[in-house]
Amino acid sequence: MKTATILKVAGLFKNFGGVQAISDLHFDLAEGELLGLIGPNGSGKTTAVNLITGFVKPSTGAVFFKGLDITGLAAHRTVRLGIARTFQMVKPFYQLPAYKNMIIPLYSPRVKKLVGGKYGDRDAVALDLLEEVGFERDARVAYKVAGALPQGYLKRLELAKAIALQPDLLILDELFSGLSLAEVASILPIIEKLRRDGKTIIMIEHRLKELFRIADRVIVLNYGQKIADGRAADVMESAAVKSAYLGTE
Amino acid sequence: MQKRRERIDRGINVRSGDVFALCSWREMLYLAGPRVMPVVAILLLPLALGIYWQKVLLSVAVFALLAISWDLLAQTGMISLGQALFFGMGAYVTGILNHYWGLPPLLTIPAAAVFGGLICTALLLPVLRLRGIYFSMVTLILPLMLVRLIEATRIFGGTEGLTGMTPLPSRWLEIYLIVGAMLAALFGFRRLLGTDYGLVLKGIRDNDRSVINAGINIYWYKTQALWIASTVGAFAGSFMTHVYMFVGMPVFALDYSILPIAAAVVGGPGSLAGATLGAFILVPLSEVLRGVGGLRIVFYGVFLVVFIVALPEGIFHYVQRKYYQFERWVEVDT
Amino acid sequence: MQDYGMPMLLGTIVYAFVNSIILALMAIGFNLTFGISGVANFAYGALYIFSAYATWMGLNLVGMPYPVAAAVSILLTMLAGALMYRFILMRVRGQALSEVIATFGIGLAILEIFRYLGFVGFEYNLPVFVDDSIVLAGVFIDVQRLLIVIIGSAVILGLWWFTHHTRLGLAFRGIAQDERTALTLGIDSDRIALLSVSLGAGLAALAATVIIPLGSISPGEGYDVLIKALAVCIIGGLGSTGGTIVASFVIGFAERFTDTYISSHWTMIVSLAAILVVLTLKPSGLFGKQKELEERI
Repeated sequence: MKTATILKVAGLFKNFGGVQAISDLHFDLAEGELLGLIGPNGSGKTTAVNLITGFVKPSTGAVFFKGLDITGLAAHRTVRLGIARTFQMVKPFYQLPAYKNMIIPLYSPRVKKLVGGKYGDRDAVALDLLEEVGFERDARVAYKVAGALPQGYLKRLELAKAIALQPDLLILDELFSGLSLAEVASILPIIEKLRRDGKTIIMIEHRLKELFRIADRVIVLNYGQKIADGRAADVMESAAVKSAYLGTE
Repeated sequence: MQKRRERIDRGINVRSGDVFALCSWREMLYLAGPRVMPVVAILLLPLALGIYWQKVLLSVAVFALLAISWDLLAQTGMISLGQALFFGMGAYVTGILNHYWGLPPLLTIPAAAVFGGLICTALLLPVLRLRGIYFSMVTLILPLMLVRLIEATRIFGGTEGLTGMTPLPSRWLEIYLIVGAMLAALFGFRRLLGTDYGLVLKGIRDNDRSVINAGINIYWYKTQALWIASTVGAFAGSFMTHVYMFVGMPVFALDYSILPIAAAVVGGPGSLAGATLGAFILVPLSEVLRGVGGLRIVFYGVFLVVFIVALPEGIFHYVQRKYYQFERWVEVDT
Repeated sequence: MQDYGMPMLLGTIVYAFVNSIILALMAIGFNLTFGISGVANFAYGALYIFSAYATWMGLNLVGMPYPVAAAVSILLTMLAGALMYRFILMRVRGQALSEVIATFGIGLAILEIFRYLGFVGFEYNLPVFVDDSIVLAGVFIDVQRLLIVIIGSAVILGLWWFTHHTRLGLAFRGIAQDERTALTLGIDSDRIALLSVSLGAGLAALAATVIIPLGSISPGEGYDVLIKALAVCIIGGLGSTGGTIVASFVIGFAERFTDTYISSHWTMIVSLAAILVVLTLKPSGLFGKQKELEERI
């Protein structure tokens, strides 16, 4: 079971009006793996995620999830199949309390199917999930309006929204960007716990040190192309990666 | 010395809204007042009014329904500039059912509401895949083009329209039917917007991607909201057809698009109650201003701009805030 | 029948061409404003009519010479557009609902005040520039229509040159593509948006100046112009200049041909059908692809 392929990306291309955002991206992802997707700014990491999740349709190529061809499937359908993602720019519903922000993912048809039609009290589930990602229940943080929460909590909220969907594949798009070291350190255990629970995770990250501590495998993108794929330590030794990051030949 | 204004929830508001242990009649009244009193007043109003002002109240209720329908769409992120489309479609469906097939109002009104709503939804379905102002653009031009269509093809009576519709059995039924429908729509849809379903609709307006990312098909939800709103509008149109005993090109007139928007904006968008309040202010006002004729629409235009820029929250939210909170000036520590 | 068929076809083609340029002129200002600053100026038709009345007043009440009156009215309309942005739109910038309602409200107020003041009737018209007509490929065509084609083409080419080769034009395109990045490069987005609204108003005024002599001025025409501009923009794809021109030709030819070969009653229906078909098949318009990411969901 450990070696089963959950996601297969084959020969993916995407151009935006002449700009080649992704060219010939291919990789397999095993169940339970934690993959780090790194690369310089504008190297196509977020586009790759958008292509996998169906927010953007690929020019050519194919994506398979659990053996199913999901190429070009509408985004809401990929979510129902079990791919959940977070967004780099968190945009919560600012005037609503944090726990009310959780209602929309909990209203998802996927969640409804998984729990057999009835969820019970969505508010209570929302509060439990938020506690899981570090909303201290005693301090009643979850009741504060999202607009009043600091960035760290908004990122946690974003993570909780993805977890609420009980995904098989979780894609975290720069979850750590804009957070302090302490905040990153407090979110890391949550991700490690998700891994122990057997979730497959793709992390787009600029915080390489933290990423390498938990990632099984790293893929490096540059100008939309995969330039390295392997264990974190090996990848960073590669000449191509060094030149991409440091600009030296 | 610099001062800033501080707003604090009134104690009575906190006690009655949050604690759910009402200690006195005063508190119960505080809670029930804003909900029960207007309803009672509106239900008693027709008895106190003469025939002329009853007709005005009737048109208030019709425009309130259109404004509620507009607000419902706006809450889902669709800004309609053509409520006349819904109104006119309901009116014409009624006209056809009653004039050609001779169905009684008991059947035509519900049928026109449902089918008129479905036709409008089908016409606008292609726009739902687009964000932003496309919806406004298409809703603005559709009713104006449909008028030309009727004019050109001379279908359904062409420029003459269809006459001789069956009137509703009595004046009292007329007024209470429409006022009842208005109250039902107001409270029903207010409740709907407060549920998790309503939260999803508002979520589509604020951040559609995040709603898609919950595996929710936003087109389907937008379609539902559109159908609900257009059904409300079509109901109003159908009702008016039986009141006027006539249907013709004026049902697609700009008035039916503009006044509801003005009502919702003046009253305050987002609460539905604001839209209703707006209709209660603007429709009688335009009756009073009947003498100035075309200048009315100029006023609506100016109202729209002034309220959008200077008091975007609208009258209702302003009053609501005063009711729930008190204000005082406090010194600013620097 | 065959004897008449050929000239009729030629005549239809020539007039369809003129019609297309007219549509392009009507739509290009709306499209430019939206393309640059994302402001959908629903007061566009009202500004068109405003400038026509301004020219009329300059001619008949003040007694200015025609070219002066036209120039003054174009400048006045641009000023009106700028004031509208500065004092109203700037306060609600970025809130789509408020922008739409505010511009729509302004448009209504302008058009209906003219109607209320009684500016309706055949005496409200502008003289043609040159009262003459020529024969072109066997088709009679008046010089005014010819001028419309020449001026229209010049405006389109000029606009293209302006946005691709001048500093201000490039700044316009910068804002259109990415407002935030443009801000960091020191481009004042409010100033550019003000200019874009003003320039769009100016184009509406220019269009009115050359087109109105073919008919008369009336508030109803303001709504018509807005509808036509919107129809062209929806079909061509909002914000795409190329799309606007192609769409103008699609509607322009379709209208004229239905007019000649079916019935003039059906011309409006052709545009309506075109809108619905295009929206169904290609929701972001024929050329709306670049904006796919933001407008389509």
